[in-house]
Formats: sequence, C-alpha cells, structure tokens
Amino acid sequence: MSDVVEKTLTALPGLFDSQTGAAKITNRLKQLVKSITELTSKHEEENLMKQELSSMKEQVASPNTTMIQMKEIMVRAMYCEMLGYDASFTYIHAIKLAQQGGVLEKRVGYLAVTLFLSEGHELLLLLVNTVLKDLQSTNLIEVCMALTVVAQIFPKDMIPAVLPLVEDKLSHPKEIIRRKAVLALYKFYLIAPNQVQHIHGKFRMALCDKDPGVMTSSLHIYLQLIRESPDDYKDLTGSFVTILKQVVGGKLPIDFNYHNVPAPWLQIQLLRIFSLLGRNDQSASELMYDVLDESLRRAEMNHNITYAILFECVKTIYTISPKAELLEKAARCIGNFVLSPKINLKYLGLKALTYVVQHDTKLALQHQMTIIECLDHSDFTIKRETLELLFRITNAQNVTVIVEKMLDFLRVCSDDHTIVHLVGKVAELAEKFAPDNSWFIQTMNDVFSIGGDLLQQDVVNNFLRLLAEGSDCKEDDDQLRLYAVGSYLNVLKGNCFHLPQHFLQVMSWVLGEYSHLQESVDQREVICLLTKLQDQKTISSVTRVWVLFALTKLSEDQTDLILDLLESLSSSQDTVLRQQAQELHHLSQDSQLHEWVLPRGAPWDSVEVDSSLSFLDGYVSEALAAGAAPYKPPHQRQQELCEERALSLEPYGFNLPVSLSSCSITDRQSPTLSLGLSGNSAELSQKAGTLILEGVKRVWGKDGYLPQKETTGEAVQVEEPAAVLQTSGQQVAAERSEPPDLSQQREDKQQLASSLFVGLGAQSSTSLLGQSEAPPPRFRRKPRPHASSSSSGASERSSDSSHSSRSTADGFLYGSLLEEEPTTPKPSSGVIKHNHIRANGPEQNKDADVALETDRGVNTSHILGSDMVLVHPNTIQDKYPADLTELLPADLKELPRSDVISLTSDLSLSLSSCRVFRDESLLLVIFISNCTDTAITDVAVQLTFEGLETVSLRGNVIGCLEGRSVSVCHYALMMKDPQTSVSFTGTVSYQTQAGQTNSLLFSGTLCTADFIRRLVVTTEEYGKLWLSFSHDVKQNLKLLTDAEDPLRATLNVLKEMLQLHVVDIIGSEGLVACSLLSGAPCLLHCRVNGVALAVWLRSPLPALPDCILYHCQKTLAEH
Amino acid sequence: MQFMLLFSRQGKLRLQKWYVPLSDKEKKKITRELVQTVLARKPKMCSFLEWRDLKIVYKRYASLYFCCAIEDQDNELITLEIIHRYVELLDKYFGSVCELDIIFNFEKAYFILDEFLLGGEAQETSKKNVLKAIEQADLLQEVRGRNPPQRPGRDRTHIDPPPARHDQLGACSFKHVANTHTHTHTHTHTHTSV
Repeated sequence: MSDVVEKTLTALPGLFDSQTGAAKITNRLKQLVKSITELTSKHEEENLMKQELSSMKEQVASPNTTMIQMKEIMVRAMYCEMLGYDASFTYIHAIKLAQQGGVLEKRVGYLAVTLFLSEGHELLLLLVNTVLKDLQSTNLIEVCMALTVVAQIFPKDMIPAVLPLVEDKLSHPKEIIRRKAVLALYKFYLIAPNQVQHIHGKFRMALCDKDPGVMTSSLHIYLQLIRESPDDYKDLTGSFVTILKQVVGGKLPIDFNYHNVPAPWLQIQLLRIFSLLGRNDQSASELMYDVLDESLRRAEMNHNITYAILFECVKTIYTISPKAELLEKAARCIGNFVLSPKINLKYLGLKALTYVVQHDTKLALQHQMTIIECLDHSDFTIKRETLELLFRITNAQNVTVIVEKMLDFLRVCSDDHTIVHLVGKVAELAEKFAPDNSWFIQTMNDVFSIGGDLLQQDVVNNFLRLLAEGSDCKEDDDQLRLYAVGSYLNVLKGNCFHLPQHFLQVMSWVLGEYSHLQESVDQREVICLLTKLQDQKTISSVTRVWVLFALTKLSEDQTDLILDLLESLSSSQDTVLRQQAQELHHLSQDSQLHEWVLPRGAPWDSVEVDSSLSFLDGYVSEALAAGAAPYKPPHQRQQELCEERALSLEPYGFNLPVSLSSCSITDRQSPTLSLGLSGNSAELSQKAGTLILEGVKRVWGKDGYLPQKETTGEAVQVEEPAAVLQTSGQQVAAERSEPPDLSQQREDKQQLASSLFVGLGAQSSTSLLGQSEAPPPRFRRKPRPHASSSSSGASERSSDSSHSSRSTADGFLYGSLLEEEPTTPKPSSGVIKHNHIRANGPEQNKDADVALETDRGVNTSHILGSDMVLVHPNTIQDKYPADLTELLPADLKELPRSDVISLTSDLSLSLSSCRVFRDESLLLVIFISNCTDTAITDVAVQLTFEGLETVSLRGNVIGCLEGRSVSVCHYALMMKDPQTSVSFTGTVSYQTQAGQTNSLLFSGTLCTADFIRRLVVTTEEYGKLWLSFSHDVKQNLKLLTDAEDPLRATLNVLKEMLQLHVVDIIGSEGLVACSLLSGAPCLLHCRVNGVALAVWLRSPLPALPDCILYHCQKTLAEH
Repeated sequence: MQFMLLFSRQGKLRLQKWYVPLSDKEKKKITRELVQTVLARKPKMCSFLEWRDLKIVYKRYASLYFCCAIEDQDNELITLEIIHRYVELLDKYFGSVCELDIIFNFEKAYFILDEFLLGGEAQETSKKNVLKAIEQADLLQEVRGRNPPQRPGRDRTHIDPPPARHDQLGACSFKHVANTHTHTHTHTHTHTSV
C-alpha cells in the first residue's frame, strides 16, 4: 500500500466517531481497508480476514439484517473476494439482494452476482426469475440492470425464457435499453448461436437504428456473423461502406467524438468487417476503395486513436483484393509506424510488417536497418515481434543468421510460452532451409537443449522421422545420420546429466539405430556410453526405456557389457522397464532371433505394422469363448470408474482438437506405450521398435533440404540482393560525417542486414504478382492424421476397398452416360475411359486438376453434344425457376440431395448449386442460369477443390446459353483424406452478346457429412470389423432426452442427417456404421450414459472418427 | 476483451473484471503472474505484451496499472484508448480521480465499467451517455432519501490531502494542471447537490 493511502488511513478513526447509524455502516469497508493496511504480515491478514468473514457470516444469517445492511455486507464480501478470500457463503445472499432489495440494493446485488458467479454456476438458475421480473419492470433502471446482467452471465439453458422479453426491448423507445438488448443478444449468439437464429432479421433492424450507439452495438454481432460466413452478408457491404463514409465525414453527433476523432470504435469495427467481406472478393473490395482512401486521408492527427484507425485500415487494405494505389499508401503508413520514435507505434509497425511481408517482401527490405535495430532492442516485446517478422522472411540464404538470432534470444528468455513457441519455429526453419548437415544437427541440438522438457513432442517426432525416412538419395541420408551419430557421441562423452530428457531420448534412438554406420567407432564404446547414461539418477524412467531400447539394438554380439545392467533392471520397480530388460535378455541369448527382430539398417518403410493386432483375433475369440471378460481399453475402464463415483454435471462441449491430439499421441509417441501394449512375443517387440515411425510423413522434401538441387536456382537469386546491398553501402559512404566508431557500428549493422535480408529482393517481384500465393512455411507440413493412411499396413485393406468402389463409381458413370444418351458418339466414351484410367492411376489425387484440364481441352465439343441439359425459355417463366432441381437428369432426381443455394450472380448470369448424394460419389450440381433475354456464349466453369478428387465432370463448358435458359453442370467428387470441411473456389467466365468477356468468382464449402454413406452390415460383420480397426476415439455426445426412447431418437436424427446406418440397438447400446466414399468404414458404438451418449468410434483412417464425431456433435447441437 | 485488471504499484488488486469463464484458481494464477510481469517492466517500454496466447495491453496512471487482455487479432491501440476512456470516465465522475477513490468506492468503478464495456465489448463510447446512465441510477438514491446524498469521492475531503498531485490518475493531463489545487479544497462544497 502506498504511503499516501497509509497516511490517510491513520486519519480515519477520527472520522468514525463523528458519524452515526447508516453512515457508520457504510464505513465498515473503510475500517476493513484500514485495518488490513495496518497489518505487517500475511499471517495477521489471514487472521483478520477470518474474523471478518465469520462476522459477516453471522450477519447474513441473522434475520434482523436489513437489505441496506446486506448491501453493505455485499460490498465487503466483494472486497474480500478481490483480496483472494473465499466468501462463497454470500453468493446466495447476493442473488437474494438482487431479488428483494430496492433499486439501490438490487444494483449492488446484481454487481455482486456478476463478480461472484461465473458462467455455468448452478446458483445462476435462481437468478432467472428475478431477471424476468425486472425485464418487465416499468422502472427503466431496473430494466437496464437486468439487461446488463443478462449480457454478462446467463445460464445457457434458460435463454429461451428471457429471449422474447429481450427481443421486445429491441423496439423500446429508449436507446440505452435497445443498446443493452442488442448486446444481450450478442452474448446469446456467442454462447448459443442456434437459439437466436430466428431473429437475424431483427439484427438488421438494430443495424438501421437511428441511434448510433445501438447501431455500433449491432456491429459486434455482425462482425461475428460475417466471420463465420462472409458470403451470407455480402449484400450489406454497401450499407457498411455508407455508414463508414458518414462517420468519417463527421455526420455523427459530436458526443461520439473521441479526441476530435469521430466514433473511432465504430470505425475500427467497420474496417474489420470490411476485411472479412473484401477478402477474395473483387466486387465487394471495389466498393470499399474510396472510403478506405478517405479514412487514410482523414486520419492525420498525431494521436493514438488515429494510429489505431490507420493500423486497422492498413490491415484491411492488405487483406481485401489489392489495389495498387491503396497498397502504396498503406505501405507508407507502415513505414511511418516502423520509423516512429514511439515504442508502441514501432511495435505495431513491426506487427503490420509481419502481416504484410508475405504479400510484399520488398517492404521488409526497405526497413531493414530499423528491423536490425529492433532486434537489439531492450524491450522483450519488440524483440519477439522482430523475430516473428524474421521468421516470415527466412529463406535458404539467410537462415543461418536468423536462426542464430532466434537462438540468442531463446538463451536469455525465461518465459516458457515464448520458448516453446519459438523453439518450434527454429526447428521448422532448420528442417526447411538447412544449408548443410552439420549446421542442421547442431541447430537441432540447440533446439533440444534449449527447449528442454517443454518441447513439444512433435518437434522430436519430426526430427526422428526425418532421419529415419530420409530423402531420395541414400548417400545424403547416411551422411546426415553419420553426422548425427558423431555429434551425439561427442555430447554424451561430456557431462550430460543436465541435458533435457527429450534430447537424451533422441540421442539414444539415433545411436541405437545408426551408430553402426560409423565404422570408426567401436560399438562397445557406444554401449558403454549408454550404460553410463543408464546409471545416472537424474534421467526419467521414460528415457531409461529409450536408452534400454537403444542398447537392445546395439548389443548384438556384446552381451557381456550389459549383463550387469540387465540384472539390476530385471528387478526394477517399473514394469515397462523390467519387461524391456527381460526382452533384451532373451534377445542377447539368441542372436538369430535378434537378427530377425531387429534387422540392422532395414529401410523404415519395409516394416509393416498391423496396429490393429488382428493376428490376435483367434486368441481373443478363444479366450472369450472360454468365458473371459471382453477387453476394455484403459480409458473406458477409467470412465466407468468415474461413473461409479459421481455423476458428471459438466456438459460436454466440442473438444475435437483435444481428442485428435490425444489419439495421435497415444498412437505413436514413445516405445513405452507400444511396449505396454505388446505381449512378450518377439514378433511384437519388433513392431514396438518401429512403431514410432508409423504415420511418419516426409517433411524434408525436395525443395527443403538437399542443397545441391537448390543451388542452381539460387545462384540467380543472389544477384539482386547484392545490388540492394550496394546501394545501402553507398548510403553509408554518403553519411560519413558521423564519428568513426558510430559508423563502424553502422557498418556492422549493414553487414548484418545484408545477411538477414539476402534473397528477399528477387522474391519480391514474384510474390507481388501472386498475391494470394501463400508463403511456403504455412503449407509445408501436411496434417499428420492423414499421413498414416498411405504408410500403415493396417490401411491396406481399406485402400483396396476404396479401389474397388471407385471403379464401380466409374462403371456407373459410364453406364449412366450411355443410358442418358444412347447415341453417344464414340469419342465421348473414350474421354470417360481416359478419365477412368486417370482416376485409378497412381497419382490420382494430386493430378485431379490436371485431369480436369485435359478433359476440358479434349472434350469441349463432345460434352456439348452429349451431356448438356439445355432448358429452353418456354419451360421457365421466371428469372429464377421455381425449382431448379426439376432440371436434374431423371436418374438423379430420385436421389437424396441438399437444398439449392445460390453461389454467385451478376446481371446476366446466376449460379446456384445443389449436392446430390449418390452412392458412389458426391455430385456437385451447378445450375448456370442466363438471366438476360439474349444468348450468352463461351460459358466456362472452373472449380478447384482442396483435398478432393474429381472423379468426373460434365457440362462445365457451354458454347452458347440462350436467353432465360439454364444449363446444368456436374462434378462427381470423392474425398480421400477425411477433413471436417473442404472449401472450393471457382470462376465462371462468359461472353455477352455485346462481346464483353466477364468472369465471376464464387466459393463454397463441402463437409465430410456429404461424403459419408450408409454402410450396411450385419451385427456379426460389425463385430468382426470392430476388432480389426485400431484408430479409436471416444467422446460423449448430447442425448436427445426429450424423446420417448432417447437412444433411438438420437440415432435416428444422426441417421437422417448424416446418412449413417443403424446396425442394431441392443438395450442401451447402439451400433452404427457408415463409410467414407473412398470406402473407408467407420464404426460407432453408442451407449447411453446418464444424460449423455457415450460414443466410441473406430476406423482404419485415423482422421475419420474425428471428422464424423465433429459432425455428430454439430448435428445434435443444432437439433 | 478477455479480462481487465486494475492493480497498484505494490501489486494489490483493485478491480477485476473477467469476460471469459475461468475458475477462481486460474483467475488467481493469471492475476499473480500478470501483476508480476507488468510490474517488472520499465516505464519506457512498450505497452503491449505477449503473454501465453494473449496480448496484454497495459498502462500506468499514477500509482495504478490498468491492464487488459485481448486476442491476437484485436487492435492494441484501441484497447489502450479504451483504458484511457475509462480513466476519463472515472475522472469525470469522481472529479480528479485517485487510487483512494477506487479503493473505497470500487463498486462505483464497477458500475461505470459495466456502463462502458459490456461482455468485453465497448458498449457506449460517448462519455456523456455513460455518465448520464450512471447519474440517473445515482439520482434515484437521493430521491428515495434513504441515505444522505452521497457523492462518491467525498470521503477524501475529510482526509489529509495527498501530498502531491501525482496521485491523481491524470487522465487528462491538461485538465490536471489547472486542477492541482482544487483538489485540496474540495471539502468546501461537500454536500452540494449532484
């Protein structure tokens, strides 16, 4: 407490004497504050608070306590809570106070409630009635209070109770009430979006409110809505632009000015909305250019608030479709920020640069000297942001300098969060741009030792994967491995007990796997080093297992060295360790077995892993037949234990990412886990040893490491930066009036700059051209769950079945084509066949685009002749035909399909789409309608899908579309790797009668649910399948408890919405099956568990259960 | 905005407002860590701080630190101005606000904050409107006449005035230059109407 406070507090007692009654009550808080400050120790404070709290407890319990006294007690209780003491006994009284007190007490009561109770507290239910009453009060202040509370905390389940009242308030004559009602609805939207879906129209009313305050509040909702689906609100772009124009033009009441700037909060909110609406949308962006320019121009005053607006403007300008003139102005703005002496602005400048640099690397070059200065800045925040910027501009030429800078920073950094974050980035850069082996290994050593035990397992796994997987050239790989072995031997020879566990694990794995490559090193020496490591007390038991495993691999002929160790470990407390020791003991006695189990130098991908352990099926069924209890995985057992103990009151939310990561970690993390699974059989232990590699994906690709392939390309690139250097060098010469040591420093910095910014100049021109082209770091590492499908042995079956289903799909296509057009000319069927071959070829999925292109090139004319369904004007009366689906070919009409949604439109052409769920593929049907009376020619639709395979397409090029007619084009799609949703973008180009060529952009999303089909199996088949899959995920889902038979009702909803097949319902358990279009099945085992539905999913594709789970959760939440 | 904390130079928490649901334990942990981190920063340093996955925006006014946590895509500068506007509001309401006002009338400070920010978003940015709303509620107090009219901040007037002006939060520095001495004389108009 400051001196001043203390001084004033000593004067307090005199004050109390002169006052009486009510005044005295209000002074109880002051007394309390005062007595606390007089105390000298924490202990005394605790005692005092104990007294205070117990006296409060007495008071609140006494029936004589008036509401006014209660109010005072509540204030004190809030104070106690702020100091960190528990006053939970007053919570219920806070609610009472809000309920029963007069307006003043109510105010304090409500405040106490918002401070004490957090969202989801059960006592909140008791507040609902009070809120309802106050919302209907005639006293405006009470209504305000109720709305304030509702907008802060309100039980989610009770929203329907107050919703109509809050809705009514949207048309209240007082603007303060309307404003608070809008914010309350915003809050509702955030916690339960589905409940306010029906009142979206009212949001528009709020947006058009005559009071600027209400309108501003409604923007919070719109920002959120637009963030979720920008396409639905494109029509509002014009309105938002008009609003901003008016604001910038000073049309708002002067009250809304802040330091002479009109409504800055409103401006920033609108700019944010612009960036969402204008992203990838040329026409929307064009509407914004003028007002953005105006905003930039108006924001001239030298005040934080104008900078805030400028910063948001710059961000928006760089996010929406680019306009050169604005970009130039924005770049100048960023320059002003970066060069500002004010540190806050400098930080924002760096942040903006980081954001912009992927579009325009030149800008970083312009400010290189400032960036270098910021790198040595005393402020941690600035330094870190600079490193973030450098990370974005890293290339093969400056990687060593940048990584060095990052490591320097990390060595002095003490914040765990920062360390983990940056270390990951260093590892990423090292993998991608490493100039040579020694540098790479050295850097990774630093990463492991600095990252310590905070390091994410991913970094370790990626590194090991890289070593194991190697590149195309075996020599290079071996060299890298050799270098790693050498380096680790050196490290281990030194003092190594301070090294982090992760690092020791990596070292032992590498030594175990590759030390045989190093011929100059005696294996015995390696074994000695590892046994020495094993002796150390400081290493964890997990690491011990890694080390022991390495020893197992190495010990082939030198069993004598490890016998002691084995002996001591055979009686270890740690069962895993003991088991490992036993295995090692066995192997060391039987060298033939050893050779078979651990073949030296075997390529990583030659090992097949049956992670579903299906070879044990016979054993299992035998045991089951003999009366053994079925196996339950640990997590299920755990859960059952928990259930026995207590009911879970927590609602289960969407926690997809958690379950994703947990499943991937348990699947392939360390040998401990896999060993824990395996029995004693030798065959198993082989698998255990290589299980780490399962799901391993190649990251060290052709353009990352492999310097000899890069150099030819880079030699050309170096030249331009050199030119840049020269000019900066000249600058230095021109400014030689500085003192010599200063200029020396400057030169050092110049030198640093040259090494940091090398390679940027050449790139800038190309990246400017391709604005939307994302920087390589972001897409480099592919998501892991998808990876294992190609490598794990378990998925072989599924790929087989996907193969067959695909060919049936093509067969169907072929067949239906013939049916539709019996007179199809031969070339057309040839095209389809060609397509068929493509689809089954080895590079199917990558080449989907290419296939598309060839198709279009080859068969324009044929498609025109055969597949196009042209509807003539007399069949359609309106611009938008009443039911576009009528136009679908007869065989598709019967199939289940989605609603028709509009994709894009302009004056002459409008596009809408509909998804038809065929058994073999998803058919994306696009209706191209000509809205004019004249014919439109050369209509071409081009679509790109990320992560989807186009099996076939038809009707995407139309020579002539007559006035008021509609043409239909199909894309048959398959999903190979499950993803929760896939977005597609497309363009349609056409030529009008006047000879003008136009093009329209559009985009949309497809979700896994579109690619899921029923899998009809019997209960027995289900049981068999169940045992053969390995990737499982468990989750609790919402159960529709209001139905008569909750399980059946819930499963029916899922069945209808997601096209699942309900195999069987046995008591409180339900078996459900479905399959992805590629053929990969997914089985769901559902069990009613109190008020939730415990679902356990299994599939050969690791990512599929998560995707399906996500959609189930979504469907049930929306139901 | 995720939360707002007010704490003194000595690290005592003066006000806390959480806009995201967190357990008490977490709140305490966050508060402790943040207070430490922010207090350790030097005056010339940048007002922004990356902390865990959040961005912390803080500013010191006299002996009080105002500290807000925002998400990465939020605008740091406008958050700084939110803090400033809040201090302006407090200043206008209490009349040259100082830390003591906030200690002894913290519930009023909460009322003002709730009128200004609701659910973590700026609700009303017009200074006049915020104060009008607060004053209307306060006025009710007098009409009902249960308590003697009690304009917050008055209690200071019975107290030895702080030795120097630097205790005022100094929201509007220009105003404070003129106000330096009025502070010591406020007791002359103690029980005047609101």
